[in-house]
Amino acid sequence: MKKILLVGNPNVGKSAIFSRLTGVKVVVANYPGTTVEYTKGKTRLLGEAVEIIDVPGIYSLSPTCKAEEVAVKMVSEADVIINVVDATNLERNLSLTLELIEKGYPVIIALNFWDETKHKGINIDVDKLQELLGVAVVPTCGLTGAGIRELVMRMREAKPGKKVDIDYHLRWQKIGEIVNQVQKLTHHHHTFLQILEELSIKPFIGLLLAFFVIGISFVVIRFIGESLINYILDPAFENTWRPVVTKISQALGGKGLVHYILIGNLINGEIDFGLSFGLLTTGLYIPIVAVLPYIFSFYLMLGILEDFGYLPRLAVLVDNLMHKLGLHGYAIISMILGLGCNVPGALATRLLENRREKFIASTLMAIAVPCMAQIAVIVGLVGRRGFLPLGTVFFTLFILWVSLGFMLNKILKGETPPLLLEIPPYRIPILTVVIKKLSWRIKGFLFAAIPYVLLGVFVVNMLYALKVIDFLAKIFTPVLKNIWGLPPSAISALLVGFLRKDVAVGMLGPLNLTTKQLIIGSVILAVYFPCVATFVVLTRELGIRDMIKSAMLMIVIAIIVGGILNLIL
Amino acid sequence: MDMIVDLTRLKPGEEGVVREIIGGPGLIRRLENMGIRTGRKIRKMSSHFWHGPQTVQVGNTNLALGYGMAKKILVEVER
Repeated sequence: MKKILLVGNPNVGKSAIFSRLTGVKVVVANYPGTTVEYTKGKTRLLGEAVEIIDVPGIYSLSPTCKAEEVAVKMVSEADVIINVVDATNLERNLSLTLELIEKGYPVIIALNFWDETKHKGINIDVDKLQELLGVAVVPTCGLTGAGIRELVMRMREAKPGKKVDIDYHLRWQKIGEIVNQVQKLTHHHHTFLQILEELSIKPFIGLLLAFFVIGISFVVIRFIGESLINYILDPAFENTWRPVVTKISQALGGKGLVHYILIGNLINGEIDFGLSFGLLTTGLYIPIVAVLPYIFSFYLMLGILEDFGYLPRLAVLVDNLMHKLGLHGYAIISMILGLGCNVPGALATRLLENRREKFIASTLMAIAVPCMAQIAVIVGLVGRRGFLPLGTVFFTLFILWVSLGFMLNKILKGETPPLLLEIPPYRIPILTVVIKKLSWRIKGFLFAAIPYVLLGVFVVNMLYALKVIDFLAKIFTPVLKNIWGLPPSAISALLVGFLRKDVAVGMLGPLNLTTKQLIIGSVILAVYFPCVATFVVLTRELGIRDMIKSAMLMIVIAIIVGGILNLIL
Repeated sequence: MDMIVDLTRLKPGEEGVVREIIGGPGLIRRLENMGIRTGRKIRKMSSHFWHGPQTVQVGNTNLALGYGMAKKILVEVER
């Protein structure tokens, strides 16, 4: 099968073109390094089956890091290379282009962000560029799909060429000459977005804007999430699903093992979706009613911020603080993605340069950054006891994040590499793109979460029925009761936490905990261990040795922090 | 009068021309690939407190670089 590679600098829109060509779902965002893995997709182009590979962004073919080494190797095996070039940054992008052409690879150029050149006062003579480079050049706009058809039609023009060796310095000279001939800049007034671009990386105003953006996001996420729960999903569940499960419950006679597993315990003779803990009651209520609305509102907000291009600016603003934690500013992207789900957060640590930094970032995220599913249930459960208890949970996690990072930075040998980051221009998010990305992420959540939630509920019900929980509760009583002040039966939540953190927090509900116990339980469930999905990815990313170290830290810190909270609250 | 200063000394909004990058070939290569090369115009956008990152504009690209890295970039300015 023909192999077609998408190659280009970071953040030039390779993934958008990839998903236009293949229809394969990939996440695109307006910051460098969104694609950390190779994405492959099979499709038919012009009646021929082809494989298309989306390669993470590279600046040159002389690799400076591991990721680039792999990219360079893949490039040499391609049948066609689509070199995606940012038309608004022609000069810098052409360096890689010339390298590809000099090596004699079969290249066609997608001159992407073509639509942006006009209002930036950039005028590029495409025919002239084509003539000077000797390869096909097609103006495109990956996000809207403009030019993609022509790109496909002209792919056949990509033919292997002659290999030439050009001195590195001469290449820049050549680029200068090409740019002088094909590009004309006209003066243009700064647009509102460009003014905003400048303001948001100013030290004072930038920070104010950051607080504003984060505050607004918080309010919007909360508002949309709560509204969906209170006005749509909860009533819908009550009105349509309750009659069904009540019938099932009655048909089962209201007790017995099957009833216990499917429906759970009746609370005052009735099903309580939050507390009954059967597969068909709480097992469905948690993912669909309690969590899904927050997943929706969080990823909607994140998608908009991502596509707008705000996140790299936040990275610049927090770089100083992050250096105190042994990280550089870009690690904030890992943390923000981790707030949605720790799995993509862990994958994003690949953007960080060295092992030390990856270790710190992964450990901090796994310990102190709860995922949105977990947050949603904490908000639902602890929030009912008032704002102060809820605030205590998140404040504790924040303090833990800062102080642990500070300590790791002091203890671990090595230095934090300095920040070097390209800040993309602001782009108005395209509604269809935002919605598409949102729907992929929600589908991802539903398919990944619901089976695990049901499995978690099933396992814990079986363990209860088989008295295993009682047995474990006895063994762990010293830690649970004496250090954390929790009832021994809370061990069930800790067990389920390996599978799903949201279910685990939800299990604190039926335990009749005091507010203090609820706070401690929620914090411990966030800290003590990652869920299985995160654990697998972290082990792959960190290697088994670092993962063991990280896991030890998690357990020790959970014991200590739970103990401290038990003493001071 | 023309004078040579390192990038951290540029005032926000001030423009200069890159004259030299003091660093190993690896760093020079990385900066060049991102657009910071000898002879190119560079404009300082902002600098953050406590030796925080410096943001600059070269061509149409905005870049943020650590304070230490910015110290290694010598720029000719007219003052």
